[in-house]
Amino acid sequence: MLEIKNLHVKLEEEDKAILKGVDLSVEAGKVHAIMGPNGSGKSTLSYVLSGRDGYAVTDGTATLDGEDLLEMEPEERAAAGLFLAFQYPVEIPGVGNMTFLRTALNAQRRARGQEEMSSADFLKTIREKAKALKIDSEMLKRPVNVGFSGGEKKRNEILQMAMLEPKMCILDETDSGLDVDAMKLVADGVNALRDAGRGFLVITHYQRLLDHIAPDVVHIMANGKIVATGGPELALEVEKNGYASFESEAA
Amino acid sequence: MAVAQPKTDATEARIAALTMPEGASWATEARKGALARLRASGLPGPRDEYWRFTNPAGLVEPEAPRAATFSDTDERPIFDAIDRVKLVFVDGVFDEGLSDDPALAGVEILRLSDALSRDIHWARDLYGALEERGQTPVVRPLAALNTAFATDGVAIRATGKAERPVNLIYLHRSETSDAILHHLVRVEEGAELTVLENGPAASRFNKCTEIDVAKGGTFHHVRAQGRDHERRAVTHMFARVAEEARYKSFTLTANGVMTRNEHVIEIVGDEAIAHVAGAALGDGRTGKFHHDDTVFITHDAVGCESRQVFKKVLRNGAEGVFQGKILVKPGAQKTDGYQISQSLLLDEDSSFQAKPELEIYADDVACSHGSTTGAIDETALFYLRSRGVPTAEATDLLVLAFVAEAIDEIEDEALRADILDRLSGWLERRRQG
Ligand SMILES: Nc1ncnc2c1ncn2[C@@H]1O[C@H](COP(=O)(O)OP(=O)(O)OP(=O)(O)O)[C@@H](O)[C@H]1O
Ligand SMILES: [Mg+2]
Repeated sequence: MLEIKNLHVKLEEEDKAILKGVDLSVEAGKVHAIMGPNGSGKSTLSYVLSGRDGYAVTDGTATLDGEDLLEMEPEERAAAGLFLAFQYPVEIPGVGNMTFLRTALNAQRRARGQEEMSSADFLKTIREKAKALKIDSEMLKRPVNVGFSGGEKKRNEILQMAMLEPKMCILDETDSGLDVDAMKLVADGVNALRDAGRGFLVITHYQRLLDHIAPDVVHIMANGKIVATGGPELALEVEKNGYASFESEAA
Repeated sequence: MAVAQPKTDATEARIAALTMPEGASWATEARKGALARLRASGLPGPRDEYWRFTNPAGLVEPEAPRAATFSDTDERPIFDAIDRVKLVFVDGVFDEGLSDDPALAGVEILRLSDALSRDIHWARDLYGALEERGQTPVVRPLAALNTAFATDGVAIRATGKAERPVNLIYLHRSETSDAILHHLVRVEEGAELTVLENGPAASRFNKCTEIDVAKGGTFHHVRAQGRDHERRAVTHMFARVAEEARYKSFTLTANGVMTRNEHVIEIVGDEAIAHVAGAALGDGRTGKFHHDDTVFITHDAVGCESRQVFKKVLRNGAEGVFQGKILVKPGAQKTDGYQISQSLLLDEDSSFQAKPELEIYADDVACSHGSTTGAIDETALFYLRSRGVPTAEATDLLVLAFVAEAIDEIEDEALRADILDRLSGWLERRRQG
């Protein structure tokens, strides 16, 4: 589903290489996790895949179901089925959460040549999904992420994911800042979406999330590269011994 | 102070092109008084301090610059869903055939010419009176010109709660029309009235409204200025707000080569409220766009509140201006004054100039003002795009969010929804080219 080959990325404004040859492929139906030290390039990878400005791809490719992601505008990537749950969700004063989600959903549908969702269907669906994530209707009416606590913002990201039903979901530290119960809600949200047609790339620092969302494959990123790939046991090893052994490999 | 010769010449040339309408002797006297004020100050020129950011060219010449009319579209007329009484002016001339029966409003409504040819005491007390008071400390010659030469308008007097809003609709049919309208509004003690205004009016439109709100009265005003690209407008709202009275005005502007909207409000009774707000969307793509909000609020009573909330969204070389003043007179204690003017510049060709002023002669007051100029928030824009919202649509969402504070000043929910609807419609049509 998601194929990343030899991806090299530097900052657009300065000569600073951040990704130095990332190879990664996520198959449909699988959950891949990426762990790695601070500053190793995990968020950068997620931003480059979703099309944020400020980065220059100097080599390599990234495709989603064979389509070149790097050639597309961010909105086209979303319509193609890519979703990024942000490490730092953005506050948008003045834009209601509901308006935001309905606009996004219908824009994606239009881009895919589908009918827009009626207001009634939209309301029914969002109420159901919000309830599962314990997001109350008052929060839905508020401006996007404004005045939300850290944990509420993360839950709101998962609500967006549940509404948009993307085929490739990237979660950047969605577990950070969550209390135990919220972590469970988020994990349930992710697990509810797991199916044969959907891939996940879960960026995390903690084994704790992976206890709830059992990954099929775990990657270690260090210094802009994937330096180790293995099963769930790799995450346990990191939890125990840290990244020291991987970092020496990357250097 | 003597007026410089070129200015006198320009003023006389303009006056020569106008005819003072006939009326009762008291009305003629009021008009002559206004003409004397106009001659004393002369028409505004580009070097006048009060016109530093807005060049009055086009507003002051004997002939109105030509302005194309915008043929009616499939667009639903604004305020259509509101149960209101329509009074229609075509190029500045009242059209009875297109208008509703004024009696349906449940208030007294007279055509200006009728009001000024009879002995109607409240009209007599008001015509030119607030305009004259508004000439100090800053002269407003185009308003004096209006009082002297206004050819049409309405006089509205509410003695109780109006049954329906009065909707003044200004149609623009002639490419060379030059309209001067003057309205009088008197809201009696405890009475309540809403006036709606919309339409481009004329190629050049000079409109003056004098509003006198008596003790405990409420006046609401919501206006959508017509979108004919080439039209020019200068409008003045002179208001006097008495004890415990409420005055609230909101204006939405999109398009127009030139718009200068002045608000001159005098709060004269304790515990009164005056709010003025505006949202302007300017696009220089289809020609020039220049929009100026000039507001002067005087507090001359105790425990009063005033708010000025103005937002401008500018692109493709559009120009925005805000001049806003809060004057707190000695003794106007417990004044609560707020003023905010903000612009969202969608590119580097557009510009915003603001001159916020506070002048306070009382010691127990809370006044604040702020002015900002900013670009679109790139982080928010990317967030929206990453969810599949195309750039243009995402920008418009952020534009709506930006102007929300001004639109929220409209108290009536149905009117607020109508204005929002209008605004989203405009943005959408613009997006689709
Ligand atoms: N726009 C930018 N300007 C300057 N430096 C940047 C920028 N984006 C990323 N970097 C740098 O690139 C490196 C990788 O950053 P990135 O955010 O991808 O790390 P990360 O693996 O997500 O870290 P963390 O675990 O702390 O979230 C860091 O050294 C960071 O400072
Ligand atoms: Mg990160």
